[in-house]
Amino acid sequence: TVMAAPMTNDQSWFYALALGVSFLKCLLINAYHSTDFEVHRNWLALTHSLPVSQWYYEATSEWTLDYPPLFAWFEYGLSHIACFFDKEMLVVPNLNYASPATVLFQRLSVIVADVVFFYAVKECCKCLREDKGKDLLGKPSFILTVLLLWNFGLLIVDHIHFQYNGFLFGVLLLSIARHCQNRHFEGAFLFSVLLNLKHIYLYIAPAYGIYLLRCFCFTQSNADGSLQWRSFSVVRLVILGTIVLSTFAVSFGPFIALGQLPQVLSRLFPFKRGLCHAYWAPNIWALYNIADKAFSILGVKFRLLDINKLPKASMTGGLVQEFQHSVLPSVSPLATLVCTLLSILVNLPNSNIYTIFVILSLLQPALFKIWHRPNGARGFLRCLVICALGSFMFGWHVHEKAIMMAILPLSLLAVDSRKDAGIFLMLSVTSHYSLFPLLFTTQELPIKIFLMLLFTIFSLASLKTLFRKGGALLNPLEVTYLLGLIPLELICEFVYPLTVWQKTFPFLPLMLTSVYCALGVTYAFIRLYISLLTCSDTTKKTKMQ
Amino acid sequence: MENWSLFSLCVLLGLTSRWAVSFHSYSGAGKPPMFGDYEAQRHWQEVTYNLPVHEWYFNTTNNDLNYWGLDYPPLTAYHSLVCAYVAKLLNPEWVELHASRGYESHSHKLFMRATVLFTDILIYIPAVLLYCFYFCDGSSKQKVATALCILLYPGLILIDYGHFQYNSVSLGLALWGILGLGLGWDLFGSLAFTLALNYKQMELYHSLPFFCYLLGKCIKQGLIGRGFFQLAKISLTVLVTFALCWMPFLSDPKQPLQVLHRLFPFGRGLFEDKVANTWCSLNVLIKIKTLLSRETQLFLSFALTLLFILPSSLKLLSKPNLWQFKLALVNSSLAFFLFSFQVHEKSILLAAFMLPLLVKDGLLLPYVVTSLAFLFLSLYLLSALERSTEEELRLGLYRKLTRHWLPKLNLSRIIKWKFWFSLVAMAALSFTSVWLEPPAKFPDLFPVLVSILSFLHFLGFIIYFNLVQLMEPQRKKSQKKTN
Repeated sequence: TVMAAPMTNDQSWFYALALGVSFLKCLLINAYHSTDFEVHRNWLALTHSLPVSQWYYEATSEWTLDYPPLFAWFEYGLSHIACFFDKEMLVVPNLNYASPATVLFQRLSVIVADVVFFYAVKECCKCLREDKGKDLLGKPSFILTVLLLWNFGLLIVDHIHFQYNGFLFGVLLLSIARHCQNRHFEGAFLFSVLLNLKHIYLYIAPAYGIYLLRCFCFTQSNADGSLQWRSFSVVRLVILGTIVLSTFAVSFGPFIALGQLPQVLSRLFPFKRGLCHAYWAPNIWALYNIADKAFSILGVKFRLLDINKLPKASMTGGLVQEFQHSVLPSVSPLATLVCTLLSILVNLPNSNIYTIFVILSLLQPALFKIWHRPNGARGFLRCLVICALGSFMFGWHVHEKAIMMAILPLSLLAVDSRKDAGIFLMLSVTSHYSLFPLLFTTQELPIKIFLMLLFTIFSLASLKTLFRKGGALLNPLEVTYLLGLIPLELICEFVYPLTVWQKTFPFLPLMLTSVYCALGVTYAFIRLYISLLTCSDTTKKTKMQ
Repeated sequence: MENWSLFSLCVLLGLTSRWAVSFHSYSGAGKPPMFGDYEAQRHWQEVTYNLPVHEWYFNTTNNDLNYWGLDYPPLTAYHSLVCAYVAKLLNPEWVELHASRGYESHSHKLFMRATVLFTDILIYIPAVLLYCFYFCDGSSKQKVATALCILLYPGLILIDYGHFQYNSVSLGLALWGILGLGLGWDLFGSLAFTLALNYKQMELYHSLPFFCYLLGKCIKQGLIGRGFFQLAKISLTVLVTFALCWMPFLSDPKQPLQVLHRLFPFGRGLFEDKVANTWCSLNVLIKIKTLLSRETQLFLSFALTLLFILPSSLKLLSKPNLWQFKLALVNSSLAFFLFSFQVHEKSILLAAFMLPLLVKDGLLLPYVVTSLAFLFLSLYLLSALERSTEEELRLGLYRKLTRHWLPKLNLSRIIKWKFWFSLVAMAALSFTSVWLEPPAKFPDLFPVLVSILSFLHFLGFIIYFNLVQLMEPQRKKSQKKTN
């Protein structure tokens, strides 16, 4: 047939998908961009025009450099191309400068940097089991490629909202792919580079640490999969340590030499941020906040609480960063620590000193499980997703965008097993919907809906085809929940703005969105956690039989 | 994956790219005093909303016909009126008489773009889907690939969502007409096509094939018996539709005449701007406009157009089947475009040939992106080049003819080379006209070159399609199997 002609030459479909999505990205150049655009323009300017010693001190713009040094160097490199487009964008005092050439350059830099992501996805596809002779649209590698390259979240966050996540996730996925290919040194190197590009990936560092130590430094396991202490390889540990430390040395070395380390760290980990971001990320704290609000309203109604004693303006929408709870105890970092002990890891690297306690003091079940029953690269991936999702669920001052860190690696698992496919569908649809408030302009309303539908329909239909045998991927309750997103969207963006409450309670749709999505994300988290705990048990059983 | 999901993915891709193109500029943005097509459409909303019907097409104190006077048939005017009611609801400033002239704002742009998207979803896209579903040969995947290519066709997207027009309405209605004819619902088909004709007079390009196909079909059934009855029903449908569309203008004989005068402005001359048709290209060598009187020009263009559509129409009349009908549509529209009077470059809706226009509108980026995307997509999905074998191009008979004097000529190779040559030429012209300054002596050098190049292509196409239609008796059934 006609379709077969281009499919026979091995990988041409990959390039077609990559080119196609790049064309789409180019069309979005003129779309709305958030303040992150100015953030990156400012970083271009300051890395270009100031000496290295000034990078982490410069504060003309409110958007100071708060990414690790390697990212600053990345911006420094970009700035040398930027001067061919428009020199004015490289002037630090030119705040909010956005000439057409500047927009073009910045957008193109994101699009071109995504080449790293393309390469990483291609490498990840090589790690998949491939059924030969299957129809192209039913191939796991094809589905995985679309799920990653055409990922809704990446498209809107990077190419409309403006960030460089595609490039960064490219490094992450490449590192994962290298581990799957047993090229652990490269994988470890890439991950330490990634940490020095954006420190938010510290959230998943525990998974890396445990995995490398357990599966790489210990060369052998016992027959039942448990640890064999004698097989510990000091050489491997030393090499790994050297790789990681030297990456950090290259990145932070100059600043340590200049005696600026405390300043750099204070920029990377700013204090004084609230528990929740202006728009609540759909995590456990969104549910906590709403429960608090509900209790306080009920309390006032039944005269259990005195309205005058309640903290004022606890719910004035997005402007207030510090959120004081009225009934439930206000969540201090210590309280999050307690929650963490109950569930799994919470990292608060954005917050404060307790962070170190948190990471060190936790022997979380998840990591514990990985230690005892590593279950190979798949177990590592699962642990990584749990780390990312756990920190999203319980972390301090989490952005809704941080969910991408769980969705993208989860796509790798989704094309591999039907259970994970179901979890992936729940998590991706809900959390992608929770990204909607990022684009609040009317102009982008149709495009976000079209893109969301595009991605959702594709992932539903393709995963259904992939796991055709064995019934539905989602149970009726889950389907109902997901369908509930449609009326939610209609109410929040079409009906509510026409009502009188829009003036008095403008934050209500946002609250509704984050609470509704928090339910789905929490559910997916629990299911994923259960699957982690049970999955290694089943392998144990089969091995014992 | 199931068909429905594939088709819906196609539609969503089409919608996404449409809306993404609409982020860019439109014709005449911020260019007073005349602005562009965008302002024309807004002005029509203003006129139709505020003035009584009998003033719409007349020059009055409230209706200055020299400022984007209404020159499309009544259905366009009604459409503007409906849009105007919505606009009035959203923001009365948008359609205020006189005061709104040249109104531009971000929210108004959104509103206008949304009206285009709405009509597209309502009329054009369903027609394309049904067309691909019923009338494309091959597996369901081929159908999906065809649908994707049609939906992502850059010419239409750029003109409707960039430049700003409502071509998807008239084209969509015409497509519904083709669908109707193809499914055997002749009455429905003629109704849809009459509506298309009443939306945009340019649909006249397609009218002759419709007429010939229906007439031929009736003749086949026997003009004395059932055929006559069928013909009467069709003509009645067409007449009633026309009457309904023109109802408000029928009270006074002056009215329809004025509308017709507005629709066919023979006073404007043989051609405007740089159009890739015969007259404009010939103009480089001979200054026709000054040599011939207007009547002669009119006669000449009429005669040539007729000459070029006659063969295909006669063929269709004698063999009224769907394949001939499609070919006749192509031939007739190309003939009209090349030889008729007062043609706009937009009427052919081929992206590459509208380059000067799009650059003027500030739509260079979407032009480059969508054209490249379409090129790759069609090469990839339809594998156009691999299919350009001789049988596929239906040139078997032609080859027999030429064998005597061109013994060793590999046609398919020639066509491949020709394709790449055209591509390179187009890319080079696009590049030069954007980046290079034309020499001072010939300021219009690049637009003229673009139009001549396009003219040559169109001439080649019309000859090719005529050959195909006239020589190949019918599509062979066996061919379907080899596809």
